[in-house]
Amino acid sequence: MSILEVDGLGIEFGGLRAVDDVSFAVKRGEIVSIIGPNGAGKTTLFNMISGIYLPAHGRVRLEGEDVTGVTPHLLARRGLSRTFQNLQIFQEMTVLENAISGFHLRERGPVLSDLLGLRGSRRRAQEAETGARRLLERVGLERVAAHEAGSLSYGALKQLEIARALALDPTVLLLDEPAAGCNAVETEEIDKLIAEVAAEGVAILLVEHDMKLVMRISNHIVVLDHGEKIAEGDPAAVSRDPAVIEAYLGTQAEEASHAHS
Amino acid sequence: MSELIQFLFSGITVGAVYALVALGFTIIYNASDVVNFAQGEFVMLGGMITVFSFAAGLPLPLAALVAILVTAGIGVALNKLAIEPARGAPVVSLIIITIGASIFIRGVTQIVFDKQLHRFPSISGDDPLELLGATILPQSLWVVAGAAAIFVALYLFFTRTMTGRAVLATSNNRLAAKLVGINTNWVMTLSFALSAAIGALAGVLITPITLTSYDVGVALALKGFAAAMLGGMGNPKGALAGGLILGVLEALTAGYLSSQYKEAATFVVILAVLFFMPQGLFGRKSTERV
Amino acid sequence: MPVSAKWATLLVLAALIAVTPFFFPSSFYYRVGSLIFINGLAVTGLVILVGYAGQISLGHAGFIGIGAYACALAPEYLGLHPGLAAVLGAVISGLVAWGIGRPILRLQGYYLAVATLGFGILVAMVLANETEITGGPDGIVVPELGLRDLLELAGLDLRGSVFWYWFSGLVLLFGAWLALNLHRSPTGRALRALHGSEVAARTVGVDVARAKLQAFVISAIYASVSGSLLAFQNRFITPDVAGYLHSIELVTMAVLGGAASVLGAIFGAGVLTLLPQVLTVFAEYEQLMLGFVMMSVMIFLPAGLLPTILRLIGGRSE
Repeated sequence: MSILEVDGLGIEFGGLRAVDDVSFAVKRGEIVSIIGPNGAGKTTLFNMISGIYLPAHGRVRLEGEDVTGVTPHLLARRGLSRTFQNLQIFQEMTVLENAISGFHLRERGPVLSDLLGLRGSRRRAQEAETGARRLLERVGLERVAAHEAGSLSYGALKQLEIARALALDPTVLLLDEPAAGCNAVETEEIDKLIAEVAAEGVAILLVEHDMKLVMRISNHIVVLDHGEKIAEGDPAAVSRDPAVIEAYLGTQAEEASHAHS
Repeated sequence: MSELIQFLFSGITVGAVYALVALGFTIIYNASDVVNFAQGEFVMLGGMITVFSFAAGLPLPLAALVAILVTAGIGVALNKLAIEPARGAPVVSLIIITIGASIFIRGVTQIVFDKQLHRFPSISGDDPLELLGATILPQSLWVVAGAAAIFVALYLFFTRTMTGRAVLATSNNRLAAKLVGINTNWVMTLSFALSAAIGALAGVLITPITLTSYDVGVALALKGFAAAMLGGMGNPKGALAGGLILGVLEALTAGYLSSQYKEAATFVVILAVLFFMPQGLFGRKSTERV
Repeated sequence: MPVSAKWATLLVLAALIAVTPFFFPSSFYYRVGSLIFINGLAVTGLVILVGYAGQISLGHAGFIGIGAYACALAPEYLGLHPGLAAVLGAVISGLVAWGIGRPILRLQGYYLAVATLGFGILVAMVLANETEITGGPDGIVVPELGLRDLLELAGLDLRGSVFWYWFSGLVLLFGAWLALNLHRSPTGRALRALHGSEVAARTVGVDVARAKLQAFVISAIYASVSGSLLAFQNRFITPDVAGYLHSIELVTMAVLGGAASVLGAIFGAGVLTLLPQVLTVFAEYEQLMLGFVMMSVMIFLPAGLLPTILRLIGGRSE
């Protein structure tokens, strides 16, 4: 039973078909990776699934229900969570506050209660803080909880985003290049974290360029090129697929020939 | 019917001024992504400096020239001293800076000159002409002709001259322009000077009709901005169309509804454009990339 | 901000309010003080909108106008007690903010700035034009609040300016307390999150449109109460109170103080309220100075005057 189904998704930007008729599914506890050369439309695809762009064609289904075009904050209520390729951290807040903000749906309450600092408001905030600290511990950031988020290293910020995304207790987690810019140690930690989360039953959709990570961790891979799906299957099958090799090598061959002329 | 024509005449006259203010906004916005809230002050300065130069004994044409050149200089100073140092600052900061500049300019003006209303003689006298069953002041014709001339001149400048095309290139893509050897700092200076000069000229032309004082700039800036937005921020064609439409709308409101609330027409336009058509008549819809 | 910071701020504020009168050379300064508190209240509300939620409003004086004129008009036209008139003003401001907020807050940057500017000017225009009701540009008299008389009955006989100093100081403390509560609450976090990254805030479930609206309405009510206090204190108001220049002054006060904190708001209010007092000799230079201050602060101290001073005193924190 698929938790997330993507069916014929497509979108255009000023006449350019950024994504064209892409379909696949993700099951509970499964890790599906989306790969493809730069500009293949991977982040655009993510943005459509997570409600940031409205698809021109196709449907997105979450636990069987059509959620195409549903706005991100409503998708969050349905259990869909994501991280961002270009890091959307709340810079002016502390690391802890960033993590607490992931608990928004659970800690929110009447504005009046918050303005007056009533017991209910304080209790909700306290519970969220407890949960946030636990998450920071899980990703190894509990020591810098009080630091301003903007002062952290890039790799640490990536983990903070994942912690914030996990705070939603999601059924589907979209990770947009979680290991980008990370060194080998950081990548391995992220690798472990993703596997743990998947083992807890979360469906994970991953965009990544780090091929080793992708091949090691994925149950299923979808390959995009120029907005279209050109291959899909398990890691072994995909790495042997001639169309995939062509798409990657094709780019490399082109670059190589330009370098010589 | 002649009443309508009368309103149209006054609407087009004042609309021409709004179009010029909007054009000034457009030039600076295109060059620097900044909305210059001090734009209205350039119009005010054009009028005020002419008034006092003329009163000091200079012949009117020379007084006007002095006003335009001095205002252009002030525009350049504004860029160098207030806007360039704040490159890359958030929008709120830039807004406060240019508003602060406009308040500063007003403050200086009221000290150097005074707070009274002023005018100087029209170019060809004040006897109204008969046209299409309504009357029109000769000065109005000068205003419209002047605005038309500026728009045409700038069109030719931007499309036919090397300098003009360099300015366009810079507004399209600063980095690329720099890379092909365009001196973008100089382009910025030119843009501000041009924008200020245009505003000053508008002030020179309109003062014989509407008079001027130290605080006419605020309303002009707002209306010019409304016109620029109506036409599509950054689009000179839009500035012209927006200015004329706004001017006519204001005149019709004053004539048929209430002259007290004619200014409200501007804000209704602003709000309507912002809610229903933020990209304006000639603008492009933009998408945000995440 | 942790609990201790909130109480520390309130304590500092209360101490300032309580102790400063000892330094007053004359009772005139009670008036200046209460004016600072009244402005500070409005700016605190603005900080919630600008500092917490990252929005812009160049028309907030419009709400001050609504609050002020409600106190002038409601007792006469609706027979309301002046205190209730102030409440009515706050309710109207809240409703107006709710009504125009929905469409306006969809805008960003320059567009939002100009839309709020337009709102403020429209309010001022209506107040100035409807002379029959509002007294027009010449202003209108405001009835007595009556609180001072009540206190007299209780045995406390305070001079007008002294009473208003303590009363507006108290109201400011209350407003500061609310704002500080908000800052560390879930709602406050949602506002600060959308300030940091709207798309990420949406992703964690924040209803961004609703949150912005909440900030807008709350800040409008702050401004309205501030306007009511001003009206009752001066017993007289003119449409200028809702004008463009007043809105700009409020924003400048917010920015001077760093736009992000309650203390900063009051600091900014203090500086900008005192400036014309200090320059009474050079009254004509007021606009020039205001413009100059605005430009200089934003160019050289974009974080605000107060935060920069604090950083210089405290040294860089890790």
